[in-house]
Amino acid sequence: MKEYRVSLPADASFALWRDHARAFLGAGVPPSLVIWECPSGQDDLFSMSETPLLPVRASGGRVTRDCLHLLETVLCHESVERFDLAYRILWRSRTERALLRTVTDPDMILARRMCHQIRHDVHKMKAFVRFRERTPEGSNTRHFVAWFEPEHHVLERVASFFARRFTDMNWIILTPRGSIGWDGETCVVTREICSREIVEDETEALWKTYYRSIFNPARVKVKAMRSEMSPKYWKNLPETELIPEMLAEAARKVW
Amino acid sequence: MKRTFSERLAILSDAAKYDASCASSGSDRRGAAKGKEKGLGSTERSGICHTWTPDGRCVSLLKILMTNFCIYDCAYCINRVSSGVERARFSVEEIVWLTLEFYRRNYIEGLFLSSGIIRSSDYTMEEMVRIAKVLRLDKGFRGYIHLKAIPDASPELLAEAGLYADRLSINVEMPTERGLNQYAPEKDAAGIRSAMGHMRQRMDAAKEKAPSGKRPARFAPGGQSTQMIVGADAATDQDILSSSSALYSDYRLRRVYYSAFSPIPHASEALPAQRPPLLREHRLYQADWLFRFYGFQFQEITESRPDGMLDLDVDPKLSWALDNRHVFPVEVNRAPRELLLRVPGLGPRSVTALLSARRHKLIRLDDLERLRVSLRKVRPFITTPDWKPVKLLDRLDLKALFAPPPKQLSLL
Repeated sequence: MKEYRVSLPADASFALWRDHARAFLGAGVPPSLVIWECPSGQDDLFSMSETPLLPVRASGGRVTRDCLHLLETVLCHESVERFDLAYRILWRSRTERALLRTVTDPDMILARRMCHQIRHDVHKMKAFVRFRERTPEGSNTRHFVAWFEPEHHVLERVASFFARRFTDMNWIILTPRGSIGWDGETCVVTREICSREIVEDETEALWKTYYRSIFNPARVKVKAMRSEMSPKYWKNLPETELIPEMLAEAARKVW
Repeated sequence: MKRTFSERLAILSDAAKYDASCASSGSDRRGAAKGKEKGLGSTERSGICHTWTPDGRCVSLLKILMTNFCIYDCAYCINRVSSGVERARFSVEEIVWLTLEFYRRNYIEGLFLSSGIIRSSDYTMEEMVRIAKVLRLDKGFRGYIHLKAIPDASPELLAEAGLYADRLSINVEMPTERGLNQYAPEKDAAGIRSAMGHMRQRMDAAKEKAPSGKRPARFAPGGQSTQMIVGADAATDQDILSSSSALYSDYRLRRVYYSAFSPIPHASEALPAQRPPLLREHRLYQADWLFRFYGFQFQEITESRPDGMLDLDVDPKLSWALDNRHVFPVEVNRAPRELLLRVPGLGPRSVTALLSARRHKLIRLDDLERLRVSLRKVRPFITTPDWKPVKLLDRLDLKALFAPPPKQLSLL
């Protein structure tokens, strides 16, 4: 049988994948015959061509709401594997009614692990975004900007959190995967790659004072800290640069 | 010379670090906007930790004292009147400003405000309530507020605090009344408990709709919590846990925090000068989890411990299993949830996954491995169609398989 190759951009949205998946499902193409790939940056220039969609011939059947939620989440994952896995689950779910509840199934284990990583990424983004003020002179509203590096395509998932929380100020969160912005009225998510902006904020010094003072040097537990706040986040957290000297000072004290 | 803002922040947050709680969870879920009015702040059902300090503790709230001046002389407290610590005070406006500025930068979920007692309990409580009120009413702040209530403040002030705070707490400080009398002569155990009872009544009332359909006034939807200090007095773990048991059931507390007594600068001579008993504190928290999430009663956890102290070598759940071997092995394909929760190595999450998986297939050892269960831990206590722990469970040295290897004591 004929094999199909689908080239999708690395940040392909759920909708884009769904269009292809629907067409394959309608044409009865099994997952084993579809190769999903994301061309790397270098081949882009020469070989990237829109993969033509298969014409939709028949409806692929209905998908349960739980399955849809799962696939939407899986599609936020960073790995290329996600397209293939999602199509496999979609394909199988039509005949295997209990698939989503079979927690020992290898596909479900992988899907659950990906969902877990995505939830983790969303949670850490809510926690570790740090706004810095850059209110233009004469403005009545205060403006803030943040830089964050999420590991998965989660901007659409966390946007509502920030929009619910910070309504009386203007803010933008820049990331290598796009941005989330709020102008006081609407929340806009883009997938345009952003670069970091350097902004100084005086209040950060107070935050560092607080961080240093709330630490109890009599009970150092570095492993506990690192397991919750992995060093990969440290470069974007202003307070973490104090950790070495705080530990050195704690070691000098005698209890 | 007047201290700078930053110096006072250092003093007042340093003074607050002995309070273990930093939770921002358990309140109602709400957003910043109220109708068309824009505001600042929201709360989620589960809290968010915005950073961790090298002591392994999470920073979720701006945890500070309004002032560390205090007229009381509690031996365990760094802020007692006889301590030589530097003193400072923040005004209502300063704390409001700092909370909002930190919040806007996404450093925190909200404010945890505590205070030394100045002039009188009512005066202190009134000032604290004013901070919460200004944040809520004048500044439209909808983030999390935790107020440490002053136990002998007037009931009217407590009621007002409940209007603005998400959580209220009063520290019982010592696990036993005797300990409290010994170390905190001005504090009154009965008074603390009656204030907690009073708060519970208001929390219960706030949840009930009146027959007229009118909603009762808000009162601290995040509930109340408390803290006790471990290792400063002679209380055993059994004393501590039975005290917790009463606190959870009588006052329906959301959390009891255990704080390993930490040597404080300018320490009172009445106290042991030693490293904080962190492992003991950890075991108490594990026991607390067994009570809250695993269906254990506190009494079961300590009843077979000869000296009333939890085993420091192995966690309390394993310790209980080793003392109750007649319960095991458990067949994972048939055992009810309550029994599965007793198996060392199975937690609430893996039990839920197991129950759901076994409806569709027979569970074997490799299925457990796929559920990321540690086979090393569970094997002695379970059976599956392909596994029977024939000899393992009867081994007298079973504990040695789990306990850490003995350490040579240091000479100094």
